[in-house]
Amino acid sequence: MAKRDRLSGNEAVAYAMRQIDPDVMGAFPITPSTEIPQYFAQYVADGLVHTEYVTVESEHSSMSTCIGAAAAGARAVTATSSCGLALMWELLYVAASYRLPVTLACVNRALTGPININNDHSDSMGARDTGWIQIYAENNQEAYDNYLQAMPIGENPAVRLPVMVCQDGFITSHAVENIELCEDDEVKAFVGEYQPEQYLLKHENPLAVGPYGVSPYYMEAKVGQAEAMKTAKAVILEIGRRFGEMTGRFYGFFESYRLEDAEAAVVLIGSSAGTARACVDELRAQGKRVGMLKLRVFRPFPFEELAAALSHCRAVAILDKCESFSAAGGPLGAEVRAALYGCRERPLAVNYVYGLGGRDFRVEDCTQIFRALEECIRTGETGAPYRHIGQRG
Amino acid sequence: MAYNLKKEMSKPERFVGGHRLCAGCGAGVAVRAVLRALEPEDKAVITNATGCLEVSSFLYPYTAWTDSYIHNAFENAAATCGGVEAAYNALRRRGKVQDQFKFITFGGDGGTYDIGFQSLSGAMERGHDMVYVCYDNEAYMNTGIQRSGATPRFADATTTPVGRVSNGKRQNKKDLTEIMVAHGIPYVAQSTFLTSMKDLHEKAHRAIYTEGPAFLNVLSPCPRGWRYAAEDLAEITRLAVETCVWPLFEVIEGEYRLTYEPRKKLPVEEFMRPQGRFRHCFAPGGEWMIEEAQAWVDQKWEKLLARCR
Repeated sequence: MAKRDRLSGNEAVAYAMRQIDPDVMGAFPITPSTEIPQYFAQYVADGLVHTEYVTVESEHSSMSTCIGAAAAGARAVTATSSCGLALMWELLYVAASYRLPVTLACVNRALTGPININNDHSDSMGARDTGWIQIYAENNQEAYDNYLQAMPIGENPAVRLPVMVCQDGFITSHAVENIELCEDDEVKAFVGEYQPEQYLLKHENPLAVGPYGVSPYYMEAKVGQAEAMKTAKAVILEIGRRFGEMTGRFYGFFESYRLEDAEAAVVLIGSSAGTARACVDELRAQGKRVGMLKLRVFRPFPFEELAAALSHCRAVAILDKCESFSAAGGPLGAEVRAALYGCRERPLAVNYVYGLGGRDFRVEDCTQIFRALEECIRTGETGAPYRHIGQRG
Repeated sequence: MAYNLKKEMSKPERFVGGHRLCAGCGAGVAVRAVLRALEPEDKAVITNATGCLEVSSFLYPYTAWTDSYIHNAFENAAATCGGVEAAYNALRRRGKVQDQFKFITFGGDGGTYDIGFQSLSGAMERGHDMVYVCYDNEAYMNTGIQRSGATPRFADATTTPVGRVSNGKRQNKKDLTEIMVAHGIPYVAQSTFLTSMKDLHEKAHRAIYTEGPAFLNVLSPCPRGWRYAAEDLAEITRLAVETCVWPLFEVIEGEYRLTYEPRKKLPVEEFMRPQGRFRHCFAPGGEWMIEEAQAWVDQKWEKLLARCR
């Protein structure tokens, strides 16, 4: 039986963690994810979980703790944002290459330079090639739902990869929304037990983890990871379907909104989808054939599926809440354009970088983007393929 | 029971031959001695920082470790070990693990005094039931003898080379053992290899079987970096102890105890002379360096004696 409640995104993730009752948590504060270990600490203090709550001295050590714990046979979790994720960078690769299904709640925040505590995606986008599965949420409900799906995906024996569950700092992490929660026993049954085949504390035989991988072996390890990431696609869909059967909320790689007959579409990630949806409705009311694609799963990247969903459009705008300083666009822009390249008929594509460091994304901004797409369609020209929107001056 | 070298040496090795450490290297000697202190019925998980020991002992698909082992990165061995220990506690509580496990970490001085220092400090402060063993060979040997915080003053290292206007490393060695004592953990000790290995064995045993965090600093010379003949390893460590360059002591719950006092403290130049890294100190005009090295050792030794009294 589902329960209705009102929770912030951080509370929702902490609530999901309590329901799962993981073995080990590496806990370190950083805005805006601080509340997750904070809420969880109260569950520990109240004896509601059996978790070893390790209050480390840095995010570097929280990821190191998770790696040690997961290799030892435990279900290990942590949460972080921004610079905290950046400090973990080296170890994100280690966790993925050791095939340890650690779960990380990433509350997306801009990276320093200048320091800023508000939302954009530069932290997790910077970690996009570390070998982690990345799932993004639009709202609190999705943050909760995605968190409950992370372990069944990452711990699947054919996958065995760490999972980053991302939500937008402050916008969803601190805003309180209505939410539908599962019962504890439903969650326990859905998530199940972590049952690694080999682990350091196994009675039957010792295990050595983390070898020096010389050239004759290193590449095989990496290809193994790459294959696991491909396999993860089917598992993500299967878990999304099973979750839907339990809750009525079904999940895939992305959500299409009024996209079927759209001539112009925006592609984006996260909470901006709400704004874009409002804009699409407004323009549809004016008779314009516009739509939206909200990407949920960035790693593995749903190449073919995304191309198939967008190929009928005449123009698309890909919105990146992240700069990659390539002088050619953001990371989502690069990947979506690459996906479209395989289409026989493909839409014109422009890439917007927006919303950096918490810069507001308004319906007017989205309207302006659709207007630009209209112009592309009218002229048949892309114009500048890489643009910024929302900045002053 | 009294220490018996023959009996200890007849135990099955937990760190076996076939690894690729150099002849005359102290790291392997330190590991074998520490692991011999484990009771045979106890299992262990070993954590290892990146370094000579790691790249020489676990090259896929071979390992010299008979216990469970994890290498994570250079700077986080202590936090990794803390994670393993946390998992052990959680899984024991849930009835998923029944065996008795001990947790031992090995890191070189680079991974301990320098880049892994924060991780070490945090793990000790949190009170994980683990032993951190630093095999201190006084430089970044794995990358080719670069100076570390553990390198002694005047040592010729590749990032503190002796030159026309340079006399090797300019700073004195960081006193990490004292810093670990300041953490207020139940057990801290400094040791190295003396003939019967009794000192290291007893300290390792106490460290492993003391509840809570323990730190063991083991001077583990490197023939490549220190430039001594491989067969002279035991002589070098003996001189380090007899000159009081590396005093043997332990601190149990804050109480200092000297575990060996040289009958006649030898001059520090006895320790320095056989090592190529100090050769320039013995060139004409280098006397002042030996004097300053001696003054430093004397001062540290007097302070230690005062603490042990």
